[in-house]
Amino acid sequence: MPRLRLLFLLALFPVMVAGAQLGLRAAGMEYCLTQLTMSVYYALVVMGLCLLMGYAGQVSLGHGAFFALGGYTTAVLTTHDFSGIRACAGVGVLERAGLLVAQQDLYGQAGLSVAPWAAFAAAMLLTFVVALLIGYPALRLRGHYLAMATLGFTLIVSKLLLGSALTGSADGIHGVPEWKLLPGLTVSGRSALRVQNYYLACGLALLLLLGLRNLLRSRVGRALLAIHDRETAANAMGINTAAYKLKVFVLSALLAALAGVFFTHYTGGIAPSEAGALKSVRYVALAAAGGMANLWGVTVMSIALNYCSLRGWFGSYDNAVFGALLILIISLAPEGPLKPLGLWLRRLAGRPDPERRTPHGAP
Amino acid sequence: MALLEVTDVRRAFGGLAAVDGVSFTVKPGQIKGIIGPNGAGKTTLFNLISGLLKPDAGRITFRGRSITGLKPYEIAGAGLSRTFQNPSLFLQMNVLENVMVGRHCRTRWGFLGCGLRWPGQAREERAIREAARAQLDVVGLAHLAGWSAGALPFGQRRMVELARALATEPAMLLLDEPASGLNTREKEDLGRLIRQIRDRGITVLLVEHDMSVVMGLSDDLLVLYNGRPIAEGAPAAVQNDPRVIRVYLGEDLQNDESGGDAPPRAPATPPATCCSR
Repeated sequence: MPRLRLLFLLALFPVMVAGAQLGLRAAGMEYCLTQLTMSVYYALVVMGLCLLMGYAGQVSLGHGAFFALGGYTTAVLTTHDFSGIRACAGVGVLERAGLLVAQQDLYGQAGLSVAPWAAFAAAMLLTFVVALLIGYPALRLRGHYLAMATLGFTLIVSKLLLGSALTGSADGIHGVPEWKLLPGLTVSGRSALRVQNYYLACGLALLLLLGLRNLLRSRVGRALLAIHDRETAANAMGINTAAYKLKVFVLSALLAALAGVFFTHYTGGIAPSEAGALKSVRYVALAAAGGMANLWGVTVMSIALNYCSLRGWFGSYDNAVFGALLILIISLAPEGPLKPLGLWLRRLAGRPDPERRTPHGAP
Repeated sequence: MALLEVTDVRRAFGGLAAVDGVSFTVKPGQIKGIIGPNGAGKTTLFNLISGLLKPDAGRITFRGRSITGLKPYEIAGAGLSRTFQNPSLFLQMNVLENVMVGRHCRTRWGFLGCGLRWPGQAREERAIREAARAQLDVVGLAHLAGWSAGALPFGQRRMVELARALATEPAMLLLDEPASGLNTREKEDLGRLIRQIRDRGITVLLVEHDMSVVMGLSDDLLVLYNGRPIAEGAPAAVQNDPRVIRVYLGEDLQNDESGGDAPPRAPATPPATCCSR
C-alpha cells in the first residue's frame, strides 16, 4: 500500500509539473513560470521547516535568515572583486583549480570572483557552522528556546545586511552570475532558460522530497516523532534527543540555505527583505497551512500560496494575508486544511477514517 | 555477582529528602519488588536508576560499570530499560511503530543513510520491523500492530509499552507500577508475562502498590519508607516483619524501639492521650 502510494505520487508530481508548464504555454502565459520557479525554491525552505516543526516539534523563526545567509554568501562571493588578493601566495593555485574565475561586473569592469560551485560550498559550510552555534545551546533545553534564539538571529542578520556596504545595504546585491550546474544545465533567470530552470527547480524539489520521505520512514523519522510526542520517553528508549534535535535543525537550515543559493542565482540577486522576521513568520505560516507533518501537503501549499503572493494577488496586504492565514489555521484547523479535506473525501467515498479505528471495532 | 548495585543513593527536592540513603542489589535472573506506602520514594528511586534524575550522592553500578549520572539514553543502551507509571506511548504512531522505536538503540543508520535508503539501511529497517513484531507477539498484541496507539485502552497501552521496553534487548527491566489500573484478569496475565520474561533471562525490578501482585511474583522484596529502606528479603519474611506491618498500618516508626534509625521528620502520630480528654 505505501509502495503503491509512492508510485502514484512519483507519477503524479511530474504530471502536475509538466501539466502546469504546458498549460501556461498554451495560454500564452509562460512568463508565469518565473514566479512558479521562485515558489518552488521557497518551498524547499518550508520542506525543511516541515521536518523541524512538524516532525521534531521544534519551532524556528530563523529560516528566512538561513535562506538569506545562503543567498548572500553566494552573492557576495560571486560578485565581489577579489583581484586585490592576486598578489597573495596560493591564489594562482585556486585560480587554476577553478575556484576563482574572471568575472565582468555590470559596467564591464574585469574582476576576479569565486566560482559558483565554490561559493555554494562556502554558503553551505557557513550555514552549517552558524546553525550549529545557534542550535547547540538552545536545543539542549526543553521548550521554545529555539524559537527565541532563532528570532534573535533573524533580527541580527537583517540588521547586519541592511547596515553593511559589503551586502549592498538596503539595495541588496545584483548582478549575481548564472551557475553552470552541469553541461547544458544552468541556473539562470534568462528568459531563454525559463523552462529549463522550471524543470530544474522541480527536479531538485522532487529529489529532496524523496530523500526526506525516506528519512522520515526510518528509525530517524520515528525518533523525531517520538521526541515531538514525549521527549522523556524517547530519551528513556535510547534516543539521544539533544543530538537528534540539533541534527534536524542543522539539516533544515541547510535546506533553507540551499534554496537561498539557487534562488539568488536564478533571480540574479538578493534583497535584505529575504532575511526579515516577517519572511520567517511566512515560512511558519506556510508549514502550518500544509499540515506541518505532511511533506507533500506542505510542498504543494507553499508553492501555491507563494505563487499567488509573487503574482501580486494579495496586493499590499501580502504580509497580512500570511499572518491571518496562520491565525485561522491555528484556531480552526491545527492540522491544516488538507487533512480534514482528505478525511471528508474518504468519507464521501465510503471508506473509514484510519484515525477512528479502535480495537473494539476490529473485524 | 550483582547485576545492579545501588549504594547509598540520595536525592532531595528542596528540603525534602525523597530518597535518603538507599542501598540494595539485584541478582541476575531474579524478580525483585520494591514496595512502600505513598511518598516512600519508589518512583524517585526508579528515576534515579534510569537516569531521568541525577542522584545528589551515591553510586549506581550496572553490569559492573558505573551508570551514575549517565543520560537516560545511555542507560537504555547499556541494557537497562524501563516502563512508566502512566504508559507513555507515542500517540502519533501506530502500535508497531511504537515498538520499533525501542529498537533505536540497537540500530545504527543515520540521517544520510536513511535519506538515501542505502541497501544496508533498508535491510536494517526490515530487521527492526521483524524484531518489533516478535516483541508484540510476546505480549500477545500482534493483531493490533496497525492500530493507532491512542486508540488502545489503558491495559493494552501498558502491554505495548512493555513490548517497546523489551525491544531494546534489556538485561534488566524496570517496571513502574505495572499492575496499576489493570483489572484482575489483566493482572494475572501480567504476572504470567513477567515470569516468562524472567525465564528468558531478563532480570526484573518492579515498583508496585498492589501487594497481591508483588507478593506472589517477587523472589526478593525491598520495603521503602520515607526514602529509606526498612526491610529487605524474601516476601514471606518481609510480610511478617513487624516494622513493615506498622508502616502499612500507618503507625509511626519513631515509637518503635527497633527503629532508632528511622527518619525523625516523619509526622508524629498524635498520642492516644490527647484524644481521650
